[in-house]
Amino acid sequence: MKIVFPILVILTGILLGYAMYMALSPNGAPTEQTMGNVQRIFYYHVPSAWTAFLLFFINFGASVYYLIKRCPTADIVALVSAEVGVVFLTVNLVTGPIWARPVWGIWWTWDWRLTSTLIVWLIYVSYLMLRRFSASSQTPILAAAMGIFGALCVPFVYFSIWFFRTQHPQPVMGGGGSIDPRMMHVLLLNWLAFSCFAFLVCWSRYHLEKLQRAVDEAHAMRSLMDETKMDEPGHERTAG
Amino acid sequence: MTTNPYLFAAYAATWIIHIVYLATIASRYARVKREIDELKK
Repeated sequence: MKIVFPILVILTGILLGYAMYMALSPNGAPTEQTMGNVQRIFYYHVPSAWTAFLLFFINFGASVYYLIKRCPTADIVALVSAEVGVVFLTVNLVTGPIWARPVWGIWWTWDWRLTSTLIVWLIYVSYLMLRRFSASSQTPILAAAMGIFGALCVPFVYFSIWFFRTQHPQPVMGGGGSIDPRMMHVLLLNWLAFSCFAFLVCWSRYHLEKLQRAVDEAHAMRSLMDETKMDEPGHERTAG
Repeated sequence: MTTNPYLFAAYAATWIIHIVYLATIASRYARVKREIDELKK
């Protein structure tokens, strides 16, 4: 494992670099006729959302599994996927307005797609705050329920542009829109690169969470042992 | 009107967000490592 991880980091770095080159260079993705070069934000904006939603569905699966089996590993996977998913959805929400400003003339509009994406982001930020600030033993169960609720909102984000009139363009996959095959190739390449990157970040974060939990357990054990020593005959408790 | 500054801003923002998040992971690793060292003592 100690050798595999650095190799994967290097390969993912190369893939990310190549995907960025393809996204920015006219040799990779052709320049869009109406919007010009600013349309290249698309190659980061859309894969970020797809990666985030993929991670939220992993969170959904892990949450369901945790509720059924009470497996601590599933709880860690749920936490990690939600955290990394929030990072990717943040990228989507930041790059969106930067793209909208030169194209629509506004940074933000409260239409269905944008608002529903913001709501999903807020749900998962709340999920992370619950995990961070609640010390109750019931927290993983509450968080799992919240994760399931959040994931159920994700399809609404996708279908919002089908059901309602919005300013947002139609989807490039699943019908509704069309795209140059070279653009699609670069889009999928960037999604692959982002997915590999997300996998590696999740991997590191998973090990960190396992270590943190082991340390917390060790602290609790030490406190318990100190308490037991204090209660032994011959030890006197001092006030204050 | 040139739109390249927006393109640059979007790509830069993406990597700044990821780098900041990776930095928080690295700092949490360092803190956990310190805690492990303290426990070993």
